[in-house]
Amino acid sequence: MPEKRPAVLDVKDIETVFNTRRGTIHAVNSVSFSLEPGELLGVVGESGSGKSVTMMSLIGLLPTPPARVTGGYVKFDNIDLLKADAQQLRAVRGAKIGFIFQDPMTSLNPVLTIGFQLMEPLRTHMGMKKAAAKKRAVELLDLVGMPDAERRLSDFPHQFSGGMRQRVVIAMALACDPKVLIADEPTTALDVTIQAQILELVKDLRRKLGMAIIWITHDLGVVAGIADRVMVMYGGQIVEQAPVRELFENPQHPYTRALIETVPDIGAERPERLRTVEGQPSILYARPSACSFRTRCAHAFERCGKENPPLLVTDKAHHVACFWDSATGEPRNV
Amino acid sequence: MFNYTIRRLLLAVPTLLLISFLIFLLLDLAPSDPTANLPLTIPPEVREKIRISLGLGEAFHIRFLLWCKQFFYNETLNILEQWWGWDFGGDRLRVLSWQTRSPVVDTIVQRIPQTLWVVGMSYVVGILIAVPIGIVSAYKQYSWFDQVGTFVSMVGYSVPTFFTGVLVIVIFSVWLGWFPSIYDTTLVVNDWSSFVQQVKQMIMPVSVLALYNAAQISRFMRASMLDNLNQDYVRTARAKGIRERSVILVHVLRNSLIPVVTVIALGVPQVFGGAIITEQVFKVNGLGQLLIIAIQAGDVPTVQTLTFIFAFLIVFFNLIADVLYGILDPRIRYD
Repeated sequence: MPEKRPAVLDVKDIETVFNTRRGTIHAVNSVSFSLEPGELLGVVGESGSGKSVTMMSLIGLLPTPPARVTGGYVKFDNIDLLKADAQQLRAVRGAKIGFIFQDPMTSLNPVLTIGFQLMEPLRTHMGMKKAAAKKRAVELLDLVGMPDAERRLSDFPHQFSGGMRQRVVIAMALACDPKVLIADEPTTALDVTIQAQILELVKDLRRKLGMAIIWITHDLGVVAGIADRVMVMYGGQIVEQAPVRELFENPQHPYTRALIETVPDIGAERPERLRTVEGQPSILYARPSACSFRTRCAHAFERCGKENPPLLVTDKAHHVACFWDSATGEPRNV
Repeated sequence: MFNYTIRRLLLAVPTLLLISFLIFLLLDLAPSDPTANLPLTIPPEVREKIRISLGLGEAFHIRFLLWCKQFFYNETLNILEQWWGWDFGGDRLRVLSWQTRSPVVDTIVQRIPQTLWVVGMSYVVGILIAVPIGIVSAYKQYSWFDQVGTFVSMVGYSVPTFFTGVLVIVIFSVWLGWFPSIYDTTLVVNDWSSFVQQVKQMIMPVSVLALYNAAQISRFMRASMLDNLNQDYVRTARAKGIRERSVILVHVLRNSLIPVVTVIALGVPQVFGGAIITEQVFKVNGLGQLLIIAIQAGDVPTVQTLTFIFAFLIVFFNLIADVLYGILDPRIRYD
């Protein structure tokens, strides 16, 4: 990284809890990260690791109750989004921060035309009149590679295929030229060829428009192909973060290593059994006072059950939260 | 959609013929005697003659076909003559009430305004109350508003109208003396004071029925809103930064109304039936009351005709519900 530019999004120590009947679940525990302009940050973790919840917390998209963001700050555009009122948040959502969600089959309103849904943010944030918004909507659909854009504005979501719907969702997220795009598993619900098309589209759009992207996924393969930097989450915490090459060449956290091992090797001489990370992530009914991965970790030792490892800087861009030193195979002296 | 509607309308013809046959059959099997209410001094031979003069001596299928001819052909021509002043000529036998010896259709036409005023109004009021209550209850789920709304709906739904009807009569007519307990159909609204009087006598029956209707519809509305509020597209709408008001009223409401509109449309014919008891309680001489009296008197032609009209309404509003469904939900196309 040549020079340090000011971060477009700066997140510090955010905490999110869910109040449920069984008790308070600590879904996000002291997560800090920053996003540089134009950067593509991959966020990886299995289901329930808190990756989506973290990103939804930033911008108040979690249903409250049961969810509640209890601490931290999110600096964006010189305001703290966690302290912003509803109106300020609305002015950011859809205008400066765009969202793409997982399932394009359900994330579009079935009874409204895609033209209406696409024009909505334009009319809300840019104050466009109907004719101007329509013109821009056609441009956006062209941009995301929708054939015959003008005619399709009056179509309803069910008249599109999954991939085309996701293109519509992407066009909607890009409508007001956002600085940040948060993509929550945008290819998970699509079949593999469509996945590849959408990935290419996003890469292409990023080159053209230059926004920063947070790409949430559980697919390491996708991250390897697209991200600049990767953040691995487990138990509502960041357990490792590093530039993408560094992470794949030198994974340091046992969880990251286990995740990388689960990726099947297509070129192998004879097919192996698919590997898995044994066990289930535990549900956190209290703030973690110990390493939450220790029950599934092959290298866990006494200290892992007593303290929660902080995020250590091992290299200038490589951070890992683990007491076990992968380089020496010995406990770390910290 | 147009072809579909036409097809459904054509299909309704054999359905309704079958229904009219079943009604006729059921009434024929019922052990009611139209001469039972006549004085006991009339000797049996005379009674038998009365029965024969009413047409009861004919075979079942003859009576049914004659009814069909009288109702579907003669009465239709009659209505056309009355509405457009045409003259088809000829002497047509009409469906006559055994009780009053007057044409049943004329009596029904006289009674319809009362039923529409009281029952129709109560349905409209019920819907107007229920939809906003359902929306707010769902949006603020488990708030005090929702809790109170749920309680009131449960009471309104589970307490029968003959009970609430008598209750409000006791409270507002007997104790407080605010409203008349009997609905006066002879009242002609021609000035302010008679209008006030009309409103006063409508308040109790309308509110009793409206409470019942609103209770039912608001539960549907609430459930349907709750179903939709957690959908992904609502999150997408919020992520676009549009106002919460638009999220609810444009995105969620539109989707939530689809099942509710169906329920409302299907409920219209039931309202006519359900009003039977309320009309009886408040002495509104509408269709419901007419039916009750006809049943008690064994007046088969009136019962047959009224029941058939209810059946027709049910079939018709089923069709309306399906058409509305297709209009509201673009995913449904019938053609």
